[in-house]
Amino acid sequence: MTAYIIRRLAVAIPTLLILVILSFILMYAAPGGPFNSDRPLPPQVLANLEAKYGLDQPFWKRITTYVWSVTTQFDFGPSFKFKDRSVNDIISQGFPVTLTYGFWSFIVAVVVGVSLGAAAAIRQNTWLDYLAVGISVGAQVLPNFVLGPILIIVFTLWLGVLPGGGWNGGQWQYLVMPVIALSTSYMASIARITRSSMLEVLNTNFIRTARAKGLSPTRVIWKHALKPTMLPVISYLGPAFVGMITGSVVVDLIFSTGGIGQFFVNSAFSRDYSVIMGITILVGSLTILFNLVVDILYAWIDPKIRY
Amino acid sequence: MTFKTKLMASTAAMLIASSGAAWADGHATHPETGDVLASEQTFTYRDLDESPSIDPGVAEDSAGGDILRDLFEGLMNQDADGNLIPGVATGYEVSDDNLVYTFTLRDNAKWSNGDPVVAGDFEYAWKRAASPELASPYSWFIELMSLENASEVIAGDVEPSELGVTAIDDMTLEVRLTQPLPYFAQMTTHFTTFPVHKATVDAHGSEWTQAGNMVSNGAYKLTEFVPQERMVRERNEMYWDNENTYIDTVTRLVIPDENVALTRYLAGELDRTAVPTGQFPRLSEEYPDEALSVPTACSYYYTINLTDTGNPALMDPNVRKALSLAVDRDVIVENVLAGGQKPAYTFTHWATAGFETPDIPMASMTQADRNAMAAELMSAAGYDADNPLAVDLIYNTSEGHKSVAIAISQMWKQTLGVEATLDNQEWQTFLQTRGNQDYQIARAGWCADYNEASTFLDLMDSNSGYNDAKYTNTEVDELLAEAKTADNPQANYDRVEEIIAIDTPIIPIYHYASVNMLNDNLEGWPVNNFQQNWYSKDFYKSAE
Repeated sequence: MTAYIIRRLAVAIPTLLILVILSFILMYAAPGGPFNSDRPLPPQVLANLEAKYGLDQPFWKRITTYVWSVTTQFDFGPSFKFKDRSVNDIISQGFPVTLTYGFWSFIVAVVVGVSLGAAAAIRQNTWLDYLAVGISVGAQVLPNFVLGPILIIVFTLWLGVLPGGGWNGGQWQYLVMPVIALSTSYMASIARITRSSMLEVLNTNFIRTARAKGLSPTRVIWKHALKPTMLPVISYLGPAFVGMITGSVVVDLIFSTGGIGQFFVNSAFSRDYSVIMGITILVGSLTILFNLVVDILYAWIDPKIRY
Repeated sequence: MTFKTKLMASTAAMLIASSGAAWADGHATHPETGDVLASEQTFTYRDLDESPSIDPGVAEDSAGGDILRDLFEGLMNQDADGNLIPGVATGYEVSDDNLVYTFTLRDNAKWSNGDPVVAGDFEYAWKRAASPELASPYSWFIELMSLENASEVIAGDVEPSELGVTAIDDMTLEVRLTQPLPYFAQMTTHFTTFPVHKATVDAHGSEWTQAGNMVSNGAYKLTEFVPQERMVRERNEMYWDNENTYIDTVTRLVIPDENVALTRYLAGELDRTAVPTGQFPRLSEEYPDEALSVPTACSYYYTINLTDTGNPALMDPNVRKALSLAVDRDVIVENVLAGGQKPAYTFTHWATAGFETPDIPMASMTQADRNAMAAELMSAAGYDADNPLAVDLIYNTSEGHKSVAIAISQMWKQTLGVEATLDNQEWQTFLQTRGNQDYQIARAGWCADYNEASTFLDLMDSNSGYNDAKYTNTEVDELLAEAKTADNPQANYDRVEEIIAIDTPIIPIYHYASVNMLNDNLEGWPVNNFQQNWYSKDFYKSAE
């Protein structure tokens, strides 16, 4: 197992390097640049800017300098758009915000999703099942860019109980709506995967055996059915977790949380090269890491899997 | 105020209101208007996005300008009508040749840390803004001001110390220009010219603009700044006119979604937000005291590529003119935009200071006459229903631009049989396509840098970097050059507009208006300031 983890981490390094190089090439292949605007800068002003941000250097030099400063000093460079700040500033301000609402969204999505799915499977074809399926289908088809504004109208405008957006250091009132908006569709997927997985598990031989032994239904479900049920759910949770903690541009845009998702998308539009790269590397690393975590969890849950 | 106390306060207010008690929540009155002042003097407004920088030397957008006019104060300010009034300078003198300006500074201006504001702070700020070392995207503004050696300093050919600005003593600033500029004093209200506190920059480097580090000389100081989320500016007790400042706290929230911002405005969280596209008619009916449309210093137009890469048919000025005539601007502003914009027949915005819109023949015709004339010009050029003109029109991706483009292509189709192919492009791609003249007709917009017609018309100069049509006309160039030094350049501007209407390198479509929801208790909004340069220190909140 330890050897496996080391091997996976060793593979992660070239993977990240390829990610960096590909993103770098794609980014510079896109038309335009960070200093383009509808009023083109005079050539001399542009030359000063390019010199300051190293854009006057040849491509190979830019990429080697970049990789060097990222790997040796963990320095992602200055932002091309936000001229008072560095990429490290932007990530260290935005990522904790995203991490906070992403983490809570994950907890809500898993707890509610698994409960709903399991309840539906255990009481298949009863009103409980129909209700759970109804809720999850509804949650799935309601995109968060629709749900978000509706939440604000209801909780802020009509009821006046929650602030309509902002972060304010992450007080709970500011968390409620972003968490609902972000977790809903994940919750729906988790509920559906859990339901179908559990239905399958409940029809297997070993569950029949367990029942035949005369175990109580609670014990059958908790002790025997839940663990194998979770296998497909967990393979979904890995990428879902990364997706949630690396933010949602929709949540950031609608609730003005100041999270990292909005910086990611905006930086692509404004060709803020260093911010695009910084966040790409962050998201890439987290994806690799959590895929590994999922694989380890798999081995732990399923005795059939050995590395 | 935490959310909980806010909730309690609003509940208390509701209880008092419902008990029928007379409720005036403050006793002080405004000395000029006599309005009873609200007990809480706060102003909360929404921005679409975070500004790239709030360093006066580096800042580049108008939302950043709004922030900087609160935090800093330049030599001159604008009043509610856009007229010049003293700022840090009490006044200025101009030499006979109009090349040397001498500003006298007030002796009671202070930085937020108590240091006096001296002429050297301006000298430092201007030289810093022009220096290649800072590499400010707005260094061109120093060049635009025609300061001696500005281009050379930016190019790195001479040291920033050679720039044409000198502090004669602490209270006297001398500025030397390379050519007379009638609007030079107006330019000192722009954020690039605001003073900078050298000791603070030296101590903190590029982080000097963060809350806690920043030392500023405006009516407000920066107390909280979370980029992309909120910024809080609080009264600067050191400000020389602090006594006459009413708003204690200004909060800027970044809310990218305009509909969400409107919801939050209606929930009472904001004092000001933009009206979402197309909602002005409804909102001005429901909230007549709050929905506000004011002219804004920008013109919306289509530019026509006149180089070899353009559409050969569009090299004929009569074809271009026919396209311009066939655009029913009234339909665009009334039915498509519906936000108080005005139809444009001139490039210069109608509300520009000192500019009288000249009589362009097209402007006074009826649309039926225009259409008839357009059809005539078109058939004279050899195009009709059997042999229709085909053109490509590009615009940057946006619902608003799309609606305008669809409406105009329909007008061209119906009136002239023109087959227009519409294409939208992502912003950066669009800029590159248009800047490289890789288009036939492209959408464009231009906003004034200062309140004078040349800020628009200079784009028609053959050498202008922003002349995307690549339009050349020596008469226009001469008229514009002459206007720079003329006592009254209006005649030149009239003539340039007339020539443009004939040559039609661009098709002016409408003059912008900005539409906002504004809390009706917030008093002092400069509705007549064409550039919408507002200063929070001029506002106050009246009691309900």
